[in-house]
Amino acid sequence: MAAVTETIETVQAATEGTYKWGFSTDIEMDYAPKGLNEDIVRFISAKKQEPAWLLEWRLKAYAMWLKMEEPTWPSVHYPKIDYQDAFYYAAPKEGPKSLDEVDPELLKTYAKLGIPLKEQAFLAGVEGAGDSAADARMPIAVDAVFDSVSVATSYKERLAKDGIIFCSISEAVHEHPELVKQYLGSVVPQGDNFYAALNSAVFTDGSFVYIPKGVRCPMELSTYFRINAKSTGQFERTLIIADEGAVVSYLEGCTAPMRDENQLHAAVVELVALDDASIKYSTVQNWYPGDAQGKGGIYNFVTKRAQCRGKRSKVSWTQVETGSAITWKYPSCVLLGEDSVGEFYSVAITNNYQQADTGTKMIHVGARTKSTIVSKGISAGHGQNTYRGLVRVAPTATNARNFTQCDSLLIGDLCGAHTVPYIENRCLTAKLEHEATTSRIAEDQLFYCRQRGLTQEDAVGLIVNGFCREVLKELPMEFAVEAQKLLQISLEGSVG
Amino acid sequence: MSQVVHTGAEGFLHRYEGLKDRLPGARLPWLAALRARAAESFRAQGFPTRRVEAWHYTDLRPVTQASFDEALTAVEDDLVLPAAHTANRVVFVDGRLRSDLSSWPTMATVASQIGRIEGRVALPDEPMAALNTMLFEDGMLLNIPAGTDAGVLEILSIASESVRPTAFHLRHIVRLHEGARLTVLEVNQGPDGTRYLHNPVWQVEVGEGATFTHARLQQEGALAFQLGSIYATVAAGGTYDNFTLNAGGRLVRNEIHATLTGTGAACHMNGAQLLGGGQHADTTTFLDHAAPGCASRQTYKTVLTGKSRGVFQGKILVRQAAQQTDGYQMNQALLLSPDAEMDSKPQLEIYADDVKCSHGATVGELDADQLFYLRARGIDEATARSMLVRAFLQEAVEGIADEALRGALEAAVEGWWERQA
Amino acid sequence: MLRIQGLTATVDGKEILKGIDLEVPTGEVHAIMGPNGSGKSTLSYVLAGRDGYEVTGGTATFNGVDLLGKQPEERAAMGVFLAFQYPVELPGVGNANFLRTALNAVRRGRGESELDAMQFLKLARARMKELSMPEDMLKRGVNVGFSGGEKKRNEVLQMALLAPKLAILDETDSGLDIDALKVAADGVNALRGPEFSALVITHYQRLLNYIVPDRVHVLMAGRIQRSGGKELALELEASGYGAPQAA
Repeated sequence: MAAVTETIETVQAATEGTYKWGFSTDIEMDYAPKGLNEDIVRFISAKKQEPAWLLEWRLKAYAMWLKMEEPTWPSVHYPKIDYQDAFYYAAPKEGPKSLDEVDPELLKTYAKLGIPLKEQAFLAGVEGAGDSAADARMPIAVDAVFDSVSVATSYKERLAKDGIIFCSISEAVHEHPELVKQYLGSVVPQGDNFYAALNSAVFTDGSFVYIPKGVRCPMELSTYFRINAKSTGQFERTLIIADEGAVVSYLEGCTAPMRDENQLHAAVVELVALDDASIKYSTVQNWYPGDAQGKGGIYNFVTKRAQCRGKRSKVSWTQVETGSAITWKYPSCVLLGEDSVGEFYSVAITNNYQQADTGTKMIHVGARTKSTIVSKGISAGHGQNTYRGLVRVAPTATNARNFTQCDSLLIGDLCGAHTVPYIENRCLTAKLEHEATTSRIAEDQLFYCRQRGLTQEDAVGLIVNGFCREVLKELPMEFAVEAQKLLQISLEGSVG
Repeated sequence: MSQVVHTGAEGFLHRYEGLKDRLPGARLPWLAALRARAAESFRAQGFPTRRVEAWHYTDLRPVTQASFDEALTAVEDDLVLPAAHTANRVVFVDGRLRSDLSSWPTMATVASQIGRIEGRVALPDEPMAALNTMLFEDGMLLNIPAGTDAGVLEILSIASESVRPTAFHLRHIVRLHEGARLTVLEVNQGPDGTRYLHNPVWQVEVGEGATFTHARLQQEGALAFQLGSIYATVAAGGTYDNFTLNAGGRLVRNEIHATLTGTGAACHMNGAQLLGGGQHADTTTFLDHAAPGCASRQTYKTVLTGKSRGVFQGKILVRQAAQQTDGYQMNQALLLSPDAEMDSKPQLEIYADDVKCSHGATVGELDADQLFYLRARGIDEATARSMLVRAFLQEAVEGIADEALRGALEAAVEGWWERQA
Repeated sequence: MLRIQGLTATVDGKEILKGIDLEVPTGEVHAIMGPNGSGKSTLSYVLAGRDGYEVTGGTATFNGVDLLGKQPEERAAMGVFLAFQYPVELPGVGNANFLRTALNAVRRGRGESELDAMQFLKLARARMKELSMPEDMLKRGVNVGFSGGEKKRNEVLQMALLAPKLAILDETDSGLDIDALKVAADGVNALRGPEFSALVITHYQRLLNYIVPDRVHVLMAGRIQRSGGKELALELEASGYGAPQAA
């Protein structure tokens, strides 16, 4: 026990100020008036010079939202959100331009975050960026979303050569209206849930990806979300379409300044995979989690869903959730096409007073559809971590298969780990397996590592990384390294 | 005079208003007050709908749309009782004691002792338990003194035939003092042609080092609704073993709440659900580890044929104080028909770090490799399937130490399977 | 006699057996050797009638009766016994119950009377003693919690009880120590006689020191590539399977 207590203290000492992304950028901003009403929806639409159909679409969503109630079923607790006490639009005064003309303050911000916007530069680790060793790495195309707008997108021209569209969704509305009109809301309809309806009414930006038939995207695509302005909500909307036989890997990262207030992030992500298409969607979610006393932090209420519409299509979600005060997120797959495959790999860490209610839904409709769920929850400090997942097999999904594994690791005795799977089978030939375990870092494991010369922190890091290995190996290589470091940093301050 | 038909919660509240001055213990102020509070609770909650998370998979509309009468108290001497499994048996017909049909040396029932059990009748929060508290008439009162082995008792509940749907609400109250032992075989039966609601509630208190073995054979009639609950607490070193075989009834909910309150307490909950036709059976367990060093084991098996629907919901709660908890839960379902459906929701809610908790769930049809292995040894397909189904159920039954009990349950499993084949 | 002619079979649409021709006359023991993935196990499953192994051409008869159109249990009743490479675990099915059910099913098929529990136990115990198997294996679930060696012994015990006319041993030697290997070989040798034939599928020559085959066949890439006497096994041991393929 002594060893454990000592670790908690050591790490607590180290934790103050471990959120290295907590600075804010001083830049001239353009705001919508505070609050939410139909005029704000019109204001956002007008700012973006949207076509009439999109304004109508937003207003319909707003009307739905007004009639909906905030869900109470997740195992998270927070004071009532005043939706009138936030800005729904905040953008740097200088509008988006070509990459060369981006405000130097913004470039500095992204450089500090380790996100290079300059082409030929590369997404580097959390610790710093731009070293020359990076030259050997694969380039990554980045769409940078700063508060309500996309400020830059790199490698657009290179990608366009393959017919790939990678731009902000605002741009796509103007440049590729037929695609946006066809797919927007086709996976997550406006009225899907409370937060999706809110997002549909007020979304400001996000990324749009279209990979044409038979094209394998030559580089990783990524979007980096940054909340900067005070009292601002971020409502981004991402839409990725992989046409027949297309292959794409997409990464998403997020950070925000340290503030005492809670800021709302309510995103919607829609993925569509047609015949033989494959989408890999990886997230490292590192929103500001609040301080050690639970003050501040992002409320992260996100709807992510994929439709595997095509035969043999595949969608793989991988998420490493280390940030946010509250996470409410269930990246899901609707497996419509025969032989389509859905995967969900998740690591969620809750430390201090963080709360996470996250998991997935795998809806099997097509024959021989397969899904795999691997969830690793780590609770530390006063953190509460819930896995909530649904596996539903329709009578049409003959010979469907699901395997689910949920493991929880508790560090310290003030935290909680919860597992709430829903398994609904209406198909005789389907085979579903679910396993869940809960454990802690055993003292003898720690002692064994220390006896072999590891420090307490390294031993814990080693054991936690081992616990998460099945998930981390699903991440693209560079992200995996970053995620490992992040895990260790996130656990500082609570480990025992 | 116009005939008003009362259905749903209103029907039962109406019945309570009419009966409250005649129910057992009506003149006892504490009991009248308790029943009034129960009525308030039931009025506020009503019959739960599927919007209530705990009832997500079980739709009570067939119950709420019916209107139930009180069972008539006619003494039917032509009543045919099933053979007794043990020497001591207490028989309740339509929720009322039939002492003429019973044999139990120290027979005491809730109704006969109603003046002496102040403080012993609980009012749990759940609506079905509130309904029972509001209307119960009788049930076993078992008080096993410290260090006594009370042997085996069979409690038989049967419903009598009736043209109109009837409802009854047995309340059994069991207390085992330190080191006491008791085994109960609870058998629930009724006629296939009568629609009735049986809403039993068990209150179980297992004292320090005591052991209560509770086997339940639910063979209600084909149209019956059984919505039963058990509330058990287990003190340090005590053991509560529950085995439930759900084979009868049209719509069944078997809800078990067990709280382990003392160090080293143990609870085993096993069960099998054998479902066919249009049956719906729901097993919902809630295991509350409130003290350190306790162990719980749950194994539930469901076999589904026809258009039946099986539900398993099981929650293990480990409170912060419950270090060194060892919790295990497995629920497995075997689908034998394309029209059957199984829904499972195993849940872990854990607030202590030094614990070993796991659950598993599987749903599927018979294993093709196993079937092939048997057939390659010359066993025909029907026999091979039958062997595998019985083997599947075996695991849930084999934990029962008492041979008479195990025999009764095994026979029920065999009988059910033969009727399906 | 087992006669296989032009047998082709696919698994998941992929052709594994590409035209097998093989005859095992009654009373003979033949060995089939070959590298991993050559189709050895597929051949044994096709002969025993496992689902998912689709015969696309050719014939296989046993004593003149077509095998391929029959259910697995009908083949078992004809006297075809497959000793599995990976014996299947049957949790909850007692070994004794399983063995007796199987034995009586096969006896019924042969027109013999069924054994009652006492007769069966007597027989089973005798056979188990010969195989040095502890008696408690009868009480346990079929293959559940058995070590690799115990599982293989259980296969040999079943073979001894069912007294097949044609035994197909699918890599029965894999994972066996030398004592267990001898026990398995003794089990086969005890059945040898004018009415018994066997197809011994193995990766290694080792087993063939104890079960001396009348003929040895080399299966590679879905076809019998070579056949010869027992000395062929020794030659393969020395030179490997590579040579004929390269030729």
